[in-house]
Amino acid sequence: MTKYVLHRLIHIAIALFFIVTATFFLMRLAPGNPFASEQTVMTQAIQDQLNEQYGLNNPWYVQYWDYLKNVVQFNFGESMKYRGRSTNDMIFESFPVSLALGGQALLIAVGGGILLGVVSAMNHNRAGDYISTIIAVLGISIPSFVLAGLLQYSLGLKLGWFPISGWRDAASTVLPSIALGISYMGNIAKMTRSSLLEQNTSEYVKLARAKGLKRWAVVFKHSLRNALLPVVSYLGPLTAGILTGSFVIENVFAIPGLGRHFVTSINNRDYTVIMGTTVFYAILLLFAVLIVDILYVLIDPRIKLEGADN
Amino acid sequence: MQEHEVLNAEDFRIVGVKEDETDVLSEKTISFWGEVFRTFIRNKLAIFGLILLIIIFLMAIFVPVFSPYSFSEQTGLYNAPPSMTNWFGTDNLGRDIFVRAWYGARISLLIGLSAAAIDVVIGVLYGSVAGVIGGNTDNFMMRICDILTAIPNLLVVIMLLVVMEQGLLTMIIALSITGWVRMARIVRGEVLQIKNQEYVLAALTLGANTNHLIFKHLIPNAMGSIIVTMTLTIPGAIFSEAFLSYIGLGVTPPTASWGTMASEGNEAILTAPWRLIFPAILISVTIFAFNAVGDGLRDALDPKLRK
Repeated sequence: MTKYVLHRLIHIAIALFFIVTATFFLMRLAPGNPFASEQTVMTQAIQDQLNEQYGLNNPWYVQYWDYLKNVVQFNFGESMKYRGRSTNDMIFESFPVSLALGGQALLIAVGGGILLGVVSAMNHNRAGDYISTIIAVLGISIPSFVLAGLLQYSLGLKLGWFPISGWRDAASTVLPSIALGISYMGNIAKMTRSSLLEQNTSEYVKLARAKGLKRWAVVFKHSLRNALLPVVSYLGPLTAGILTGSFVIENVFAIPGLGRHFVTSINNRDYTVIMGTTVFYAILLLFAVLIVDILYVLIDPRIKLEGADN
Repeated sequence: MQEHEVLNAEDFRIVGVKEDETDVLSEKTISFWGEVFRTFIRNKLAIFGLILLIIIFLMAIFVPVFSPYSFSEQTGLYNAPPSMTNWFGTDNLGRDIFVRAWYGARISLLIGLSAAAIDVVIGVLYGSVAGVIGGNTDNFMMRICDILTAIPNLLVVIMLLVVMEQGLLTMIIALSITGWVRMARIVRGEVLQIKNQEYVLAALTLGANTNHLIFKHLIPNAMGSIIVTMTLTIPGAIFSEAFLSYIGLGVTPPTASWGTMASEGNEAILTAPWRLIFPAILISVTIFAFNAVGDGLRDALDPKLRK
């Protein structure tokens, strides 16, 4: 196990090195200048001073080395757009909001998905199956930002049940979490359905039924546990999807999260913030996937880790 | 007393079997693809998806040709609701949404299909080279894939779009730059699996040449996964395009894609909801159709599910 984790950590380190290097050079190649919009009001002296302050006058290898050193110390530098604001501050201020939103969306996706999947499989080819499948297919086919707009319009504006935007109280978190989680809910529902159907035809389920256990008891005591393994392996891509999905959802609902900062910094060409946020997201995702993989092994004793002892 | 009849060989005759036909199969043989086709057309959802796709493609090809308006022409009616002259209404610049939506379909489908095609070319080449050569080369090539999959692909795409000049080509390049990895993995897996199959050894023993192996065994076996992966890549690319257009990294105006149209429409949801609704419906229907066809193909091509 330790060997496996170490192995994976080395992979993560290599991947991060690639990401940091790639972001650095891509940003240097990028057209546009973060100070461009203020050029008319800035004298040459001020521009020189700014370039000096951000180290833009140094040769590229000095800048690259400085950047690598800073990233290792988890210091992503100062924003080029909002002077005096460090990228770290922005990340730590806004990330808790994104984390809360992501967590709720994850709960909706996993909880709702498993529920729909079980209902589907237990009513195979009957009304319950068709209704659940239709909900799942709709969830998968409708882009999250479209769903967000529709939810705002119907539940928010017409019915007035939930606030249209913002991130203040529990009620205001409902619509964004649904909009973010529902497409993953559809995927999980499909997965749970097919894997539960597969389990339900296996010998041990027949035995349990023959012993006189009720259908639902068999599902909750035996088959669902096994059927959920593919869902666990889906948690990695799910986390990634929810993180990137939040870029759009936070913008639609005007939520002050990290995704919104990221999109704003892209549109502002605020390079230090783009680089910092990208690296931060990458770290987060790489570790999320690692945790999911470890969890997967702990849950399923049949799986032996590649490179593990014994 | 009953008299036993004595049976001689002459008393027997062959009924209905011709000696020279015993080697002929009684029923028509069904080829692999014939069987796939039969399974596929029995799947109602997949056929429904296929019909939808055909309609969408035909509309995308012919609507911009026969429409009285062009996609960037201003009709003089601003934010007009759907009517007999403008079936889907008009947008804030007075452009006809019906023709824009089908013109956008061309762009969105082009992006989806090109990204998938590039994935197939790079992925099949890379995967089969790794699988066929094997050993250290394979190991090294697959480690590169590992690292590429570890990097969240949407972040890579966003980075590229930030740096490169916005446009159709950039979008296609950005979407396929990480997309081929999955295809490469699948193809490599298939090649490795087929390479070690006993029937391949049997075919070799029976004197099959490389051509026979490739065209009778490798391609039909790997083709299924390649086609399924490809059909499921297309909706992913269309989705990503819509997503990226939405955060302001899409194709540049006046070019329309479904993503840019939906993103512009979202701002006017209260005053002109048709600007969001029509592109949104088209995106959803297309993604549904591709997924339905992809799932149908997977079921048809997966021999494990055959009954």
